[in-house]
Amino acid sequence: MTGLLHRVGETQRRAVRIRVDGAEVSALEGDTLLVALLTSGARLRESEFGDGPRAGFCLMGACQDCWVWTEDGGRLRACSTPVAEGMRVVTRGAPWPAP
Amino acid sequence: MTRADVIIVGGGLMGAATALFLRQRGVSVILLERDLVGSHASGTNFGNVRRQGRFLPQLPLANRSREIWGRLPEVIGEDAEFLPSGHLRVAFSDAAIGKLEAYARDARPYGLELELITGNALRARFPFLSPEARMASYSPLDGHANPRLAAPAFARAARRAGAEVQERTEVLSIAKSAEDFLVETPAGTFRAPILQVSSGAWGGRMAEAFGEPVPITPRGPQMGVTEPVPYRIAPVLGVASDVTEEGVYLRQVERGNIVFGGGLRSEASLDTKRARLDPVNTLRQLPYLARLLPAVRALSVIRTWSGVEGYMRDDIPVMGPSAKVPGLFYAFGFCGHGFQLGPGVGATMAELIATGSPGVPIDPFLISRFAASEGDPR
Amino acid sequence: MAGPVIVVGAGPAGIRAAERLVEAGLRPVLIEESARDGGQIYRRQPEGFTRPHEALYGSEAAKARALHAAAEALRPRVDWRPETLVWAARDNALLVNAAGRSESLPYAALILATGATDRVMPLPGWTLPGVTTLGGAQIALKAQACTIGARPVFLGTGPLLYLVAWQYLKAGAAVQAVLDTSPFMKRVEALPWMLARPGLVVRGWTYTRDLQKAGVRIATGIMPVAIEGDDRAAAVRWRDATGQDHRTECDAVGIGYGLRSETQLADLARCAFAFDAGARQWLPVADEDGRAGVPGVYLAGDGAQVRGADAAELAGRLAACAALRDLGTAVDEIEMVTLRRRLAPMTRFRRGLERAFPWPANLAAALPDEALVCRCEAITAGTLRRAGGEYGAPEVNRAKAFSRTGMGRCQGRMCGLAAAEVLAAARGEPIEAVGRLRGAAPVKPLPVATEAAP
Repeated sequence: MTGLLHRVGETQRRAVRIRVDGAEVSALEGDTLLVALLTSGARLRESEFGDGPRAGFCLMGACQDCWVWTEDGGRLRACSTPVAEGMRVVTRGAPWPAP
Repeated sequence: MTRADVIIVGGGLMGAATALFLRQRGVSVILLERDLVGSHASGTNFGNVRRQGRFLPQLPLANRSREIWGRLPEVIGEDAEFLPSGHLRVAFSDAAIGKLEAYARDARPYGLELELITGNALRARFPFLSPEARMASYSPLDGHANPRLAAPAFARAARRAGAEVQERTEVLSIAKSAEDFLVETPAGTFRAPILQVSSGAWGGRMAEAFGEPVPITPRGPQMGVTEPVPYRIAPVLGVASDVTEEGVYLRQVERGNIVFGGGLRSEASLDTKRARLDPVNTLRQLPYLARLLPAVRALSVIRTWSGVEGYMRDDIPVMGPSAKVPGLFYAFGFCGHGFQLGPGVGATMAELIATGSPGVPIDPFLISRFAASEGDPR
Repeated sequence: MAGPVIVVGAGPAGIRAAERLVEAGLRPVLIEESARDGGQIYRRQPEGFTRPHEALYGSEAAKARALHAAAEALRPRVDWRPETLVWAARDNALLVNAAGRSESLPYAALILATGATDRVMPLPGWTLPGVTTLGGAQIALKAQACTIGARPVFLGTGPLLYLVAWQYLKAGAAVQAVLDTSPFMKRVEALPWMLARPGLVVRGWTYTRDLQKAGVRIATGIMPVAIEGDDRAAAVRWRDATGQDHRTECDAVGIGYGLRSETQLADLARCAFAFDAGARQWLPVADEDGRAGVPGVYLAGDGAQVRGADAAELAGRLAACAALRDLGTAVDEIEMVTLRRRLAPMTRFRRGLERAFPWPANLAAALPDEALVCRCEAITAGTLRRAGGEYGAPEVNRAKAFSRTGMGRCQGRMCGLAAAEVLAAARGEPIEAVGRLRGAAPVKPLPVATEAAP
């Protein structure tokens, strides 16, 4: 499946590798975590109330719809968190309490 | 209708429940609420349906109330999200362990069976608890409910049963004629031979107007809620401690959010009708919440709130007939622990008003206890 | 009152306010939630990105460059606090959270320049992946060099609708349609107000013309019906002005109906609010210079009233003048008179925008019962209507208590205005009768792991 977001420039940046749902994903330095996840995928998380996947909305820290889970049960607001090498994120389920 | 058998001033959970149970006894009722039913202490509290830890002589009333909570759909047509998922009081110190043991022993004669759990058994049954937890007192039939829903649901049920419920109707003055109380409001004058004051933190002003001042202080609870996470924490958790700051509690609602409160309280104003949460108190709660339930540390608080509660000097409510004015009854000042009692208070006040006998012992709560003390009770 | 002057928000209003305070010899605290100054309109791209200002801000490049330069010059002369969230307010102090630590900052004066975000009307499917706000679509492009899709539809109303569509066109996206709920005639009727800023009117026409030349379908006076898709947006269903139904396939949707002020902090700082009939929302009350009713609190920029970035720069400076004067520093009246005079046409233009691109309040009544209104808590219009009907909630806070609408992570920021419309329509009452959601701390989520500074 293609990602939701499409890069239209600034592609000469250094690659950053992260893991999303156990699979390696490549992003670019300077990406927000939201962009890193949505250029390769089409979801950030599941609604807690069973109404389907979510992929953020405002992209500027207002709507709080893009909070993602890290594998170890941490929380990150994807639109305002810069991606970093080695991040491990899950977009399905919620690892709480932490395993 | 401007005349009824009973006028209830104050549409919190106490007033709304009393109205319903009076109607069930065939008594006509007018319920007057200044704001909206359940908008202050009744609607902003933690939502604990907890018996353990209460003042022991209050347990018969709490038991009566618990029985009503268990059949809310039959009584009011909805469950107000009541979840009898158990209640744990958790001890982190020797002193607290001693108190849990003593309370479990002393509560048994009142019909409240508590299970004391320690060590590996505690971790096996409640693996989410802090490893620092040394003992927990488990009350399996206690639980929690949604305070935003309960009082309005009782008021709707009362209305369906024939009570007149007047919201946004502030009482301007109360006079007593030979046979009736005359209650003046912007919506007109209401009259009844019997009057119940169940106006929470504002009850003190009304009692004083009837010549029965009581030592009551308005305070605001410091409540908060986290983002939703998978539903894993069935029982309500509370810290057993005499240190105010440590005394936090939390519950997870089935939708997933974790509601919390406890610790210090903030100022509240009877005049502005608001209690503003002090965000510094929220910060103080956080480490104690994380000690109780370490997994909460990963989450974020998304909302906080407070409300105006009435605290009596002796930390127990005013309930029962006036010592001075015939036909006048009180049920207010529940000191932040009235939510569980609400349905039972309604049933008890209705029985008292309709039959002259409360059905469960309420002697410790009579307003006459302050008249007996020397000097200015405040 | 002790302490410094605190400016919250380092966008156009906040930067110009801080600059004026520095000119007066003060060292204000300048707090910004994000990592970089500039705000949203002049949002900066991250370090290491190379596009020039002209590529990022188009016709506004010079203004952006000037503002960024001003901010950089200020850096050593203010207490600059980026990546800092003001999460609560108490008596003449703010509680700020940075790097997991919360501290209390007392202030002698507080200038709130908190900006605005998109005003949104829900529709079925608006929570699907691929749907963003118009502002979000623009941020993706500006700050991250990404489009929200290769074949987007832009839906809503207001100048941003056309600007974003035009920017996407220039970025190479195959814009499928621009769907505007406002009938074209409204624009004509609003011209007397809009012509207070003729340059902006001309620029708006240019965007429309460019889009039309490129063959982009532009439809006005439409009614949105739903966004469709399995797990991601795939089409927009809408009804044209003649009542005919359409289905436009796409891979992304940007939606927005103008902007709404971010007013939570003003609320927590105890500012009074009043209903603004033109904006059809409750706004914090302030005098012409930005003085809120609360002594020591000032409001500037889109967080006070949405007049755009140019006005925000002037209003920020004006609010700083007012604060200085109230603190006992002499301010030349000519400076303040000039600022006020320059702001006047911008206020008039704002009223024109409200007429040309009205918030489509009527859509709230048409929202199907099963549509989500509150995306945080997944609360449907039907549940909200039941709170107002069967449960009798006469105003939004009561409806929130019964239904959980506006109770989630965003605190009603996204759905609050629409929820009020749904409630008012369900009760058959005017919008002002159902009130506004009261603000509560934290302004944004506060991690439980936050430590309190001693």
